[in-house]
Parts: sequence; structure tokens; C-alpha cells
Amino acid sequence: MLRASLLILSVVAIAHAELCKPDAQNAFKVRISIKTALGDNAYAWDATEEYLFKAMVAFAMRRYSSKSRTQISNVLLCNVTDRVSFWFVVTDSSKNVTTVPGSEVEAAIRMNRNRINNAFLLSDKTLQFLKITSTLSPPVEPSTPVWLIVFGVVVCLSVAGIVFLIVSGIQKHKKKNKESTERENLEEKVEVTLENGIPCEALDLKAGHINGVFAADDERFTSL
Amino acid sequence: LSAAPEIPKEDGRPKWDNKFQYILSCIGFAVGLGNVWRFPYLCQIHGGGAFLIPYFIALVFEGIPLLHLELALGQCLRKGSIGAWNTISPYLGGVGVGSWVVSVLVSLYYNTVLTWVMWYFINSFQEPLPWSVCPLNENRTGFNEECYESTAVNYFWYRKTLNITPDIAESGTLQWWLILCLATCWAIVYLCTIRGIETTGKAIYVTAIFPYLVLTIFLIQGLTLPGATDGLIYLFTPNLNTLKNPRVWLDAATQIFFSLSLAFGGLIAFASYNPTKNDCEKDAVTVAIVNSMTSLYASIPVFSVLGFKATTAYWDCLDRNIISIINEFDLPEESIMRQNYTSWISFLNSSYPEKIAGLKLKSCNLQEFLDQSVSGTGLAFIVFTQAIILMPGSQAWAILFFIMLFSLGLSSMFGNIEGVFTPLLELRIIPKSAPKELLSGIICLISFLIALCFTLGSGSYWIDIFDRYGGSVPLLVIAFFEVIGVAYTYKIKRFSKDVEWMTGRKLNLYWHITWRFISPLLLLIVFMAFVTLQMQKPPSYTAWNPKYEGFPMKEEKVYPPWVQAICVLLAALPCVCVPLVALFHLVKQKLRSKDPSIVPPEVFSCQGANS
Repeated sequence: MLRASLLILSVVAIAHAELCKPDAQNAFKVRISIKTALGDNAYAWDATEEYLFKAMVAFAMRRYSSKSRTQISNVLLCNVTDRVSFWFVVTDSSKNVTTVPGSEVEAAIRMNRNRINNAFLLSDKTLQFLKITSTLSPPVEPSTPVWLIVFGVVVCLSVAGIVFLIVSGIQKHKKKNKESTERENLEEKVEVTLENGIPCEALDLKAGHINGVFAADDERFTSL
Repeated sequence: LSAAPEIPKEDGRPKWDNKFQYILSCIGFAVGLGNVWRFPYLCQIHGGGAFLIPYFIALVFEGIPLLHLELALGQCLRKGSIGAWNTISPYLGGVGVGSWVVSVLVSLYYNTVLTWVMWYFINSFQEPLPWSVCPLNENRTGFNEECYESTAVNYFWYRKTLNITPDIAESGTLQWWLILCLATCWAIVYLCTIRGIETTGKAIYVTAIFPYLVLTIFLIQGLTLPGATDGLIYLFTPNLNTLKNPRVWLDAATQIFFSLSLAFGGLIAFASYNPTKNDCEKDAVTVAIVNSMTSLYASIPVFSVLGFKATTAYWDCLDRNIISIINEFDLPEESIMRQNYTSWISFLNSSYPEKIAGLKLKSCNLQEFLDQSVSGTGLAFIVFTQAIILMPGSQAWAILFFIMLFSLGLSSMFGNIEGVFTPLLELRIIPKSAPKELLSGIICLISFLIALCFTLGSGSYWIDIFDRYGGSVPLLVIAFFEVIGVAYTYKIKRFSKDVEWMTGRKLNLYWHITWRFISPLLLLIVFMAFVTLQMQKPPSYTAWNPKYEGFPMKEEKVYPPWVQAICVLLAALPCVCVPLVALFHLVKQKLRSKDPSIVPPEVFSCQGANS
């Protein structure tokens, strides 16, 4: 009995070793950079974390295909290094010695990448599946480009400033014109007291000229 | 009918609100983009601290005398450049016209540089900054190819901003976003210069002082960045051997000359609004020293940031190599750090040389990253923007940086526009009853329409041409004739009497010597050397061509003949004004000399200027 179970175990182990080795068919290399992602909060990679990984892969397979009956024991890990990196392969639950095609595994992982990343608190860059490319998310673009809004603000401010300055300039011009016409009116009243540019007070009768026409009439009258 | 007796200085000429406004305007005009992106570059490539020696010698023998000359001239004659030179001698009127033409040419392209700054400014409000990530290509499988092969920062500058064509002969189309920004920039310039110095005098308080605030903030931030000290040591370590190279002395002389914005006519215009009894000698020395100190002060944050960028690039290089090694040898994380990288590399090289060779590791050298020196638009829009992405809170730094560049450029634009505006106002282009706002509006509108050419795909190539040919050689020629004109036509004796009347002090021997001999000689030598150097290599430019084999390196191309003709025209047009106007007056004099009733030209002097 014991010998039989030992024999079965060794066969299974050898089979597993056959299925999961570096560059095996349908095997994928995983590289994990916990310290880069988490810094001081980094956890250690041990057998329990490996168990979680196997569970996540099994979950991904089941999510991808409802017909899948992948068990945690179907996911084989090998060649774990200090880096941390390892290879894994998913065996078919119905037929024990074959592996699930790589394309299926790839599709399953891709579909559930986010869930797998979050389980380990990692990202696409720190939990790398070396042959599986991640789809790039497009950058978030708001409906109106931000620069148009800022541009609008700047334009409104400068146009408002220009209009204000022009209007105040016109008002100042009008006020100056009104003031200068008022001043001219005042000057005219002042000039009323100027006769031909000579202020009346300064008019010296001695310096005046005698108008010959009137003088002739005067002489005529006084001679009477 | 005359009313009040004529009081001197009440000639209706606008004047500064106070002396500080005038000094600030001159400083704002002199301190421009070149102080931030040309001086640090020159310091770096010409032996660091050693460059300061030729720089200060040029300042003392060329910069300060020419500055004093222009300020004294404007203050004494109380006219813009064209009017001032016509007053000194009608034969020298061409000098004023040449200054005016240069101011026009420079205003056209300078505002387009501000357009680029404004475009970057309004794009700085996004998170993440648009020049930090590459856009995806059409089927979203990877990044845009042009962006991926160069960098996101290069892509944003060459494609998203300029939409540059691979050749200057291909004009491309008008870029609508640049047209919008250009219209906004000219609207802002119009807003500030709408009534001449009445409005620029108010605006200058902000645009001249704000850059100093931002530079101080960047200084504090820059010094706290890792790698800042490396950058500063690299900048200021003097290498006295470079002084043997005459190119260094030439660069120092041209840098001082162009940095002080001499021969534009703008300084003459600013000084003409001063009261005549003003100490122009002290003003000149103040403005020149503040300009040089600003250059030095600006180079500290610039080089802190450049040092930070070089250090980050060096660390990235190291990190990439470390990751490759760790992945290849499956070593645990953080086993190789930057500090023990060299020891690990030597160990691994001795044990597994083929594996190491297979990795194709790049050699990481901090000196190499520090040596990558850039000046001009490349510094601001490529190198600095890349550094800003690496800083925490990049939006704030980007916004501050571009507002600073905008203020620096705007205060220089005020001087340029004043150099165009004041002579036109005096020439009575528009009737006196028409408001000043109309003339400034016409100037801004016409300039905007002509500057639309610079928003084409090939626009930045044309701006380089305008900068290299229109804004360099003509200034040297005009400055030379300015000094010769004052020293030998107006005669230094008369001029020194005028300056004594204005400043209240006897003119120092230093001014006599520099104005009569040293400055003209220096200008002549600089002009000859400059032209010789330009002639040595055929005029070429570097084009951004994604289809070039060496992409992302820029492709070196030669200007086609018709472009070379335009270059010559740009350089010759302002210079040719000088002899043309002299010839015109000579011919007029010859025709008039046949007429016996010739009136000898009146002898002009500062004291009698206002009567």
C-alpha cells in the first residue's frame, strides 16, 4: 500500500517536473518586484504567497471559461528564484498529464489581469507575465481640452482690459475737449476787455491816433 | 493770439510718473529671455567661472559706454531714434531709420517666441502634463512612432506645438492654435502699449519685478533638488584655458551687446521721456550692472535644475542597467544598488563576461549628461520642461516658469514697440487729433498680420533666420555709427558739455576714452570677427525630419539660394539705411547749394533744446 502510494507520488512528481520547466510548452515565466512596488511595506514571497498565486490563476481560468474545472493543484510552479521569478503551467483537470494550451491561459490572465494585480498589491510593471503583453489604457481626456478653457480666460481678460482703456481714453478725450471749450469761452469773456490786443486800462489816449474823418467834423462844429 | 508764455518741459511730451518707472523700464527692456537661456549656456561651454572675465571686460569697455551714450542722447534731444539722429545731423538720420527697421524686424519674431511660451503656459494646467506622456498610435497597441523614437518632450515641441516641416522650403499650413495664441499675445502687447509709456509704465511694475520673484522661488527649489550641487559646480568651475580661444572673447562681447538691447532705439525713446536734468550716467551704470547681475542670478537656478536633470538621467541609466542584470542573473531585488553598481559590474564581468556582453548595457557617465548643453528655445521648451516633469508638483512649476518667461519677454517687447512707436508718433504719420491708441493699434495689427508667416509649419526655421541675421549684424553696424556719429560728428566736446549740464558733474575721463577710441575700435573688431565667423561655414540649419536615418538626431541642411538671399536682405536692409539717407541728403544739399539763399544748419545743444 505504502509502496503503491509512493510510486504514484513519484510518477506525479516526475510528470509535474516534465510539464513545468523553463521554456516548456505552454509554460509562462512570471517576474515579481515586490520591493520596487511596496518599498517598506513589502511582504516576503513564501509558500503561502505561491498558494495565493495558484488560486488566482485557477480563478482566472474559471472566470475565462465557465466549463473550466481548474483546481489549485492543477497550477504547477517551478524554478522559484530569489529575484522573485518562477515558471508556471496549468494542467488540464480532466487529463492529468497534459497542459492547457498557452493561448487559453494567456487570454484568461489578460482578462483578469486587474484582479490578479490587486490580489498582490502590484501593478502590470511589478507583476510581469513575460510573454503576455498588457493592453495600454488610453490617457484620460476631458471633454473640453483644458487649454481652451485657460485660453478663453486669458483672451477675455485682455479684451476686457483693451475695451476699458479705449473707453476711458475716449471719455478723457471728451472731458478734455469740454474743458478746453469752457476755457476758450472764459478767455473770450476776458478778451472782451481787450481791444485789438491792447487792454483798455493800458490804452493811452496820448498814444492813440486821431482819426482824420472824425477830427474834420469836430473842427467844423467848434468853429461855429 | 498766444496765451501763456512757453514754459520749458511743458511741451506736451508724455513723461514718466517717477524715476523708478524709467529705470524699471530700461531694466525690463535689457533683461529678457537671453539672460535666462543664453548666458548660462555660454558660461557652461566657455569654461564656467572663467567666462566672467571676458564678460566683465566687455561690460566695462563696451556695454556701459554705449548704454550711457544712448540714454544721454535720448534725454538730451527728447526725441525718438529717427528724430534724434536727424537733429544731430541730417546725414546721420539713416542711423535712426536703421534702428527703427531693426526694431520692427525684431518685434515681429520676438512676439512669436512669446506665442510659444503662452501655448506652453495654457497647456500647463493639465494633469498629467501633455509633454510627459506619448500619445498612443491609432490601433492602441503602442505609442506614436515619432514620439516613441524621440522623447515625449521633443514630440510635444516639434509636432504638437510647431507641427514642424522637414524642410524650410516646405511651408506647411497655418497652425490654428498658434494663430490663436499669437492673436492673444498681440492683444496683450496692445493692451500694455496702448498709450505709450502711460500704460507700459504701469505694466512694467509687474512684468519687470515678477521674474525676479519666480527666479528666487526656483533658486530655493532648485538648490533643494538632488544633483543641484553637481550642476552648479560644473557651471562655475573655472577653466582658464578656454580664455586662449578668441571665440570666447567674441561671444562675451556679443552677449553683452545683445543682452543690453543696444542700438534698437528703444532706450533712446525711453530716455526721451525723462526731464533733461537727470543723472543719466548713474542710470546707465545701474541698468548695466543690474542686467549682468540678473544673468548671473538666473544661471544659478537654471544650472541647479540642469544638474538635477543630469543626475536623474544618470540614475535612470544606472537603474535600467541594474534591472537588466538582476533579471538576467535572477538576483534578489535591491541586491545591486547604485552605490555598489561598479563593484558588482566588475565582479560579474570577470565571472560571466559573455552574459554581460549579451545584455548590451549602456555606459552611464554623469559628466556626459552634464555636458549636454542647450541654449535658446531648446533649453526652455525641451530640457527644462523635461526637468519639470521630474519635480513634485510639476503643474505649479511649469505655470510659474512660463509666466516668468512671458513677463521677461513682454518687458523686452515694450522696449521694442516703443522703439517703433515713438519715432512714428514724432513723424506725424497720423494726424495730431487722432488718438495715440489708433497708432499703437495699427502697429499691433500690421505686426500680427505679418507675423502670421511664423505660424506656418516652417515658422521656427524663419525665426532662427530672423534672429541670426536680422537681430545681430545690423545692430553692430548701427551701434558703431552711433558712437562714431556722436564722437566725431557731434563732437565729444559738445556732448560732454550737454552731459555735464544734465548730470551736474564733469564728464569722467573714462567716458572720454571709451567713447572716442575704445568702444568704436571694439565694435569694429567684434563686427569683423562676427562676420568672418558667419562666412566660414555655409549657412545651414538643423531640421527635424522623422524620415531621416539618424532620427531622432536633427538633420543638417543647407539653406536654398532664395533663403540665403533673404538672409542677406535682412542683414543688409537696416545697415543700408545709413548710407542711403546720407546720400539722399548729400544730393539734396548739392541741389540746394545751387540756390544762393542757403541757411546754415543751426548749432544744436541740450540746454537750448527746449526753447
